[in-house]
Amino acid sequence: MISILRTIWKVFLHLFRKRVTIRYPEERPSLAPRWRGRIVLSRDPDGGERCVACYLCAVACPVDCISLQAAEDEAGRRYPSFFRINFSRCIFCGFCEEACPTYAIQLTPDFEMCEYMHRNLVHEKEDLLISGPGKYPEYSFYRVAGLAISGKDKGEAENESAPVDVKDLMP
Amino acid sequence: MATIFIDNIPYTVKDGRNLLHACLSLGFDIPYFCWHPALHSVGACRQCAVKQFRDEKDTRGKIVMSCMTPAAEGTRISINDPDVKRFRRSVIEWLMTNHPHDCPVCDEGGECHLQDMTVMTGHDYRRFRFRKRTHRNQYLGPLVNHEMNRCIQCYRCVRFYRDYAGGRDLDVFASHNRVYFGRHADGLLQSEFSGNLVEVCPTGVFTDKTLKEHYTRKWDLQTAPTVCVHCGLGCNTISGERYGSVRRIINRYNRDVNGYFICDRGRFGYGFVNSGERIRTPLIRRSKSGEMGPVSREDALKHLEGILYFGARVIGIGSPRASLESNFSLMTLVGQEHFYAGISEQEQSLIDRIVDILSRGPAPAASLKDAEEADAVLVLGEDITNSAPRLSLSLRQAALNKPMETARKMRIPEWNDTAVRTALQGRRGPFFVAATAATKLDEIASGVLHAAPDDIARFGFSVAREVDGNAPDVLLSAEMTALAGAAADALKNAERPLVVAGMGCGSEAVIQAAAQAAWALCGTGKKARLLFIVPECNTLGLGLMTRRGIGAAVKAVAEGGGDTVIVMENDLFRRADETKVKEFFRGFKQVIVIDHVRTATTGHADVLLPSCAFAESQGTYVSSEGRAQRSFKVCMPEGDMRESWRWITDMAEIAGRPEGKTWRNIDHVVKALAGLMPVFAGIEHAAPQAGFRMTGLRIPRQPHRASGRAAISANVNVHEPKPPVDSDSAFSFSMEGYEGMPPPELIQRYWSPGWNSVQALNKFQEEVAGPLRGGDPGVRLLQPGPLEVPAYFREIPPSFRQREDSWLLVPLYHIFGSEELSVFSPVIAGISPEPYIGIGDQDMKRLGVNEGDAVAVTLPGYSRVFPVKKTAGLPEGIAGMPAGLPSAGWTGLPAWAGIVKKVLHKEEDRHA
Repeated sequence: MISILRTIWKVFLHLFRKRVTIRYPEERPSLAPRWRGRIVLSRDPDGGERCVACYLCAVACPVDCISLQAAEDEAGRRYPSFFRINFSRCIFCGFCEEACPTYAIQLTPDFEMCEYMHRNLVHEKEDLLISGPGKYPEYSFYRVAGLAISGKDKGEAENESAPVDVKDLMP
Repeated sequence: MATIFIDNIPYTVKDGRNLLHACLSLGFDIPYFCWHPALHSVGACRQCAVKQFRDEKDTRGKIVMSCMTPAAEGTRISINDPDVKRFRRSVIEWLMTNHPHDCPVCDEGGECHLQDMTVMTGHDYRRFRFRKRTHRNQYLGPLVNHEMNRCIQCYRCVRFYRDYAGGRDLDVFASHNRVYFGRHADGLLQSEFSGNLVEVCPTGVFTDKTLKEHYTRKWDLQTAPTVCVHCGLGCNTISGERYGSVRRIINRYNRDVNGYFICDRGRFGYGFVNSGERIRTPLIRRSKSGEMGPVSREDALKHLEGILYFGARVIGIGSPRASLESNFSLMTLVGQEHFYAGISEQEQSLIDRIVDILSRGPAPAASLKDAEEADAVLVLGEDITNSAPRLSLSLRQAALNKPMETARKMRIPEWNDTAVRTALQGRRGPFFVAATAATKLDEIASGVLHAAPDDIARFGFSVAREVDGNAPDVLLSAEMTALAGAAADALKNAERPLVVAGMGCGSEAVIQAAAQAAWALCGTGKKARLLFIVPECNTLGLGLMTRRGIGAAVKAVAEGGGDTVIVMENDLFRRADETKVKEFFRGFKQVIVIDHVRTATTGHADVLLPSCAFAESQGTYVSSEGRAQRSFKVCMPEGDMRESWRWITDMAEIAGRPEGKTWRNIDHVVKALAGLMPVFAGIEHAAPQAGFRMTGLRIPRQPHRASGRAAISANVNVHEPKPPVDSDSAFSFSMEGYEGMPPPELIQRYWSPGWNSVQALNKFQEEVAGPLRGGDPGVRLLQPGPLEVPAYFREIPPSFRQREDSWLLVPLYHIFGSEELSVFSPVIAGISPEPYIGIGDQDMKRLGVNEGDAVAVTLPGYSRVFPVKKTAGLPEGIAGMPAGLPSAGWTGLPAWAGIVKKVLHKEEDRHA
């Protein structure tokens, strides 16, 4: 009996608390940058595609909704010739972002992805690629990697010494 | 057998092993880099450290390298001692100080031995704060990619390339932490085995450049066990597919056949499967002069109903590059008396002779492993490095067997590679080569003869005579007699002599001479073996099936006529003279061609049916050793492409034959063949049948980590398609199925927890470098009969006589170019030679030509102009021409040809 009264009293008190729910869509929620919503592919600070088509996001994906094909451009940079995410299967777990060694794939605080047609939830690279670096404005994979690309020769990456002269006999 | 104690638990290991080999064989995980089961130990990487104790009272112990320590009786070691674990972790950490941050863009990633070993030792965070050393890469040709920054200096590449495969143009340069593995300058790697660097290199320095064109990680490749179709040796391979195209080929271990290595033609020749020259839909010609038009499968079959009516005279032409099943189904459809092998008359007579010799005995056919174990070798008339490349790698090892006795006498264990090589001092065992021109194996030979095919045969007969006085005598020049005597002595003194010959120089006498020599050795009580090189993947199988080649077909048609000819997976323009083939086709109302690539023959078809290449079909192939091996589908054929035997079964149904209804899967064909022809009785056991299951499950072609299932075809349809069902084998086209180790014939990839690289193979073997668990795949069909020596061949060809006005034109083989299918791969076509006429030094003077000059070559019905190329070793009066080049046309070599110097006025004349 006392517990019932106590419960009613507690519910009554809630009438004077601050509301948590908001009137979406008139009011918009404020989402943290780390919120796991729509997936994007970002770009390097120099504007190049960050994705090097390493397939790690695809293999990390627990629902296997990412598929891509690696290719290499004239500059020696790897890129995906196609990159497809089937958002109708995506569970927004963020494993792809964690797996990504180049910060290319990022989950964004955007969840408004309703579609009438199932197939419109299949996003290709054109749909995924954004024009900025996303959450990591500074990072550029090729500045750390040992691979030479045009504009960055061997030995010019961070923490690299100049290429060895094989014919040098000095100790 | 010796007992060793590992962390105080006794284990029994085989004698003469090192600790690393023994521990890996027992299933322990010890990290290693420089050690390789085929290359043995050098102790260069310091990674495989274990702690060794004097006796059970010793608690301090000492750290030793397990690859350099014998697993002697009573050895006590610890693998898990904290000191050695820390030691191994530090070694990896040092190696990683210079390793670039490349894994995401490295083709080795996901199957990298360095990644595996780093995880195994537990090194995770980089503490080194200083600069990484860097290197410039080299261009090593279109097959192998070079990324030198990733090197960990294990020396495996140069040990394989130079010491094992006899290559010269890859070496180590510079000193201390600057050592560099590469060529003296950019350029195509010259060794025929350069592709093995991809598997030998524990990290991503050497990677497969053809894979890079359509890069796919190992975990995404749908793989199946296949048999290489690019020569007659039947090397086992694993082919990988993704998004409907074949992505790469790697070696599949079979101790009796190719062991750890395959040749570059086998590894990189797969491009024809993805080629634009593939036939993808059925095509029919509505009127005799009309164009071919595409039709659906149903329409094509309906069209065939009008052709294969009851009473129609149909003949079938089989193929040495098609499976036994396809050839047999064609034979069943047209009837045994109307089935022809479809190989040239010359090839037919040679293969008949080989089949007779191998099935009669007493000298059995040698496997590649037998060849590797031979201690004296006689090669007659073959340029092995180019006609059967993998065999030359085996023979290079065989040449070390005799000198190994020195090392054994000095009690140096076989696995101690540097010590053994120091003891050997570069010595080679008895190795005699007789060929029409210089070959790459000449450099390891103790005696070399360059002569005409007839003289090679006479030399072989003379060796037989020197071994056994009852063999017929041959008169040779003093020089050749001395060489024959030396070869005979060496073979007589050997434990396991081997005679190698083949169809390469086109001479029956050479094959007989090889048999004679082996028989003579058998007569003296030696266990001599014979190895005959055949040109295509199923030449021997077809030779066992029928003895009638294209010549017999032409004759039969000329006599009796025919309504329809079915040509299956065969380009007859590679088998006979162009006019003859055209005339042959004109003799029929309808020409039905079943093939997977466009050839000259498909252009003459009235009905062209798309069949499957090796990657999309299942079938049994008989290798030159007489070993029947099953190759499996890697992916399902697209659209209307079907395996040849399936098209033929449909035709059988049209023709009203019972097989049309009863042959539902390939096992039915195999069973019918095994029942009808006793020689093929064994093929039923070449691999488990379609109904085979492991714990009730199929064996998955895709790894359990395969990705993208829900997105691959989502752009077409968001509903995932149902994976196709394979009615012919125990494999499934999905990642679902039995996770454990499949039976040896069905090993579709090497993977084991913690071992993502190909070196996971260790777990699939009974003992490292030993047979696969469950036995090595394949069934030998030829069991030699009685052991007494048959009557010797008495017909010995007269010695070669140089002619004034004409030249004996012999075929010269090229690893890239001479084989039909690999040339359809753009990358192989790019490194194939252009047609030329090879002429020796003396003869160039006689003809008054220099290298590059044009000469006109005339053979009966053949006249072309080619540039001259100086070819070492060609005897006087003999010229050579590359065999099998598509642009040169059929020549039927060896033959007498007229060669005259041609003065070119215009560049176009060259093509006239």
